[in-house]
Amino acid sequence: MPEVVIPIGPQHPALKEPVNFRIIADGEKIVRLELNLSYNHRGIEKAAEQRNFIRVLPLLERVCGICSHSHATCFAKGIEEIMGLEIPPRARYIRTIIAELERMHSHLLWLGVAAHEIGFNTLFMWTWRDREAVQDTLEEMSGNRVHYNMNEIGGVRCDLTPAQIEAALLRLPNLEERIKKYREMVDSEETLLIRFRGVGSMSREEALNYGAVGPTARASGVDYDVRRDDPYLAYAEVPWNVVTDTRGDVYGRTRVRIGELWESSQIVRFCLENIPRGPIRVDAPKNAPKGEILSRYEAPRGELAHYIRTNGTDKVERIDIRTPTLANWTSVAVCLVNKNLADIPVIVAAIDPCLSCTSRMVVVNNERRTNGAGAPGVQITSDPKNRQNRM
Amino acid sequence: MTDPVFLLLYIFLFPGFFFLVAYALFLSYLDRKIAARMQQRVGPPLYQPFADFIKLLGKEVINLDGMDRRLVDAIPLVALAAVMTAFLYVPVLGYSPLAFSGDLVVVLYLMALPTMALFLLGWLSRNIFSAVGGVRAVTQLFIYEVPFFLALLTPAIMAGSWSISEIVLWQQQNLWLVFFQPIGFIVALVGLQAKLERTPFDIPEAETEIIGGPWTELTGRRLALMHLTTEVSLVTGSTLIAALFLGGPMLPWALPFPWLNAAAGFGLFLAKTLAILLVLSSISAATGRLRIDQLNDIGWKYLASAALVQVGIVLVINYLWVTP
Repeated sequence: MPEVVIPIGPQHPALKEPVNFRIIADGEKIVRLELNLSYNHRGIEKAAEQRNFIRVLPLLERVCGICSHSHATCFAKGIEEIMGLEIPPRARYIRTIIAELERMHSHLLWLGVAAHEIGFNTLFMWTWRDREAVQDTLEEMSGNRVHYNMNEIGGVRCDLTPAQIEAALLRLPNLEERIKKYREMVDSEETLLIRFRGVGSMSREEALNYGAVGPTARASGVDYDVRRDDPYLAYAEVPWNVVTDTRGDVYGRTRVRIGELWESSQIVRFCLENIPRGPIRVDAPKNAPKGEILSRYEAPRGELAHYIRTNGTDKVERIDIRTPTLANWTSVAVCLVNKNLADIPVIVAAIDPCLSCTSRMVVVNNERRTNGAGAPGVQITSDPKNRQNRM
Repeated sequence: MTDPVFLLLYIFLFPGFFFLVAYALFLSYLDRKIAARMQQRVGPPLYQPFADFIKLLGKEVINLDGMDRRLVDAIPLVALAAVMTAFLYVPVLGYSPLAFSGDLVVVLYLMALPTMALFLLGWLSRNIFSAVGGVRAVTQLFIYEVPFFLALLTPAIMAGSWSISEIVLWQQQNLWLVFFQPIGFIVALVGLQAKLERTPFDIPEAETEIIGGPWTELTGRRLALMHLTTEVSLVTGSTLIAALFLGGPMLPWALPFPWLNAAAGFGLFLAKTLAILLVLSSISAATGRLRIDQLNDIGWKYLASAALVQVGIVLVINYLWVTP
């Protein structure tokens, strides 16, 4: 076959959210590709600047449907630091429990999606069923399956009752059993191995160079996790390990995520068993003093950064959200060149992209760009005018 | 010469057209149900494949600009007719009344037609995903067809006949061929799975990669007929393998009444095709999709060599034991 242009997205069965790859393929091989981002700009940052802190928290939860707690916690943690507030230990533990449950349901979701991308629907159905147990726990604790809204400036919204803790602990053994089962499956299931091994490989240098974060970077041997390197919440008090892998391919990323599932379940177990008594929040002042902060948080997909600038009022002057998916996009685009057409869904899914969260209206100038976007065969656009010209 | 009324009944009522369509829809239901139970889902009700078929027949047929409308209308019909014709030569109740020496080759040829139909549909759809899918369908055809043919022709070599019904008779007098040709049996099952484009061989229609491959632009009755074609292929393929390797519908001894013989044959036919379906469904539920280059490796390195080894073994057995 001669070279053909294959448009993947913005509407495509492999993509759950809008993004567009223009793949120039020679038969089944990808020769070049162009990446178009930002189809779903929602103006959340601007909206956040119009609201006071109490109303910003639920808004920021809506940045992402999966890591909703991450965004709210990241913001609350930043504002509390500007205000100089120390939240009570019990609140820290509750936030940690929710955060790790969120990581578990996110990783289970990812495992299912990755399996679905290679047509392995049985694993997809299994992981999503097990994910229900995590979401039931979250619903019991917070009243909601997705947008938990547990955070307040100065603590958490509601306490965990002994009955809730007991119910959560009862669900954990089964989940741990399933996680072990998935680890076994990923290591022994032949079609999974064939499709994941050696696909989308990225060396440690490349991962650092293209600024990959989270499980994507850790699978390439970058030993970096905000939870350990810049501890927040209760992570400094909980025994846990950073999971890394040296393979750098989709298989390595799968192993890292399954390892993190296990660590998360252990963190949740530890926090539930050792949750300190006491109040769940302190009274926060209405206004924050003038200041700026870069609040970092290890979301399920990687390092999430909120840049917050306050000006002495009850609103932020500027908030800038850098989601982990944005940091990982370049590595995906680079990984895809010279690969097989059939590997696109797997490689894209391997960073666990969360596309709408990433839409931040950043204009990237390809001529002046020095890192990944300049790599051979890759072009990244997020300027709508530019996009229309070439569609 | 057979009675023409009997022949018409055979073609249109049983086991031809009506029974074949009903059984194909039933197998499709079972396939979906088995997959659903393995995936911890409830699965569809019994009438679901039939309801799907009727619903699709009523849907709008969309013609794309520049699409050859009449050709695209005709191709699914040709494909369906091909697999339905193939089924008439496979023994269901005993000896097929249409059997002639060499019908095995005709059946294999007719069963290859749906893949060619898919390729043509992909090519005519004027859609890049369809075109890529069509090319993949043909590439896959070249990979699995050689081992599949070799595996299905070894029973003919052993039984010394190119007629499926004769091969079934040979098995009645001797032993099921699966005992002589276990490798060939496995290769045939894998080949059938690839022919039907079921996971792990659903490469031409890989949903997450190329949307639906050749199926992408099919709508309404075209889609309904192509779905029916695949379902009928499943029946024809599993009946063929049951006939060639598992002794078909024949009991090793004759029962006192002819009708009892026919009933027993029908029961055997049901049991054997359902057993084959169970194996095929389990394979597709327990695997993910391969890549076309990986399938190329596996197909030529392992499947084709295994089929060749089987042919060699059969030739040796023939030389030592079965005197011509």
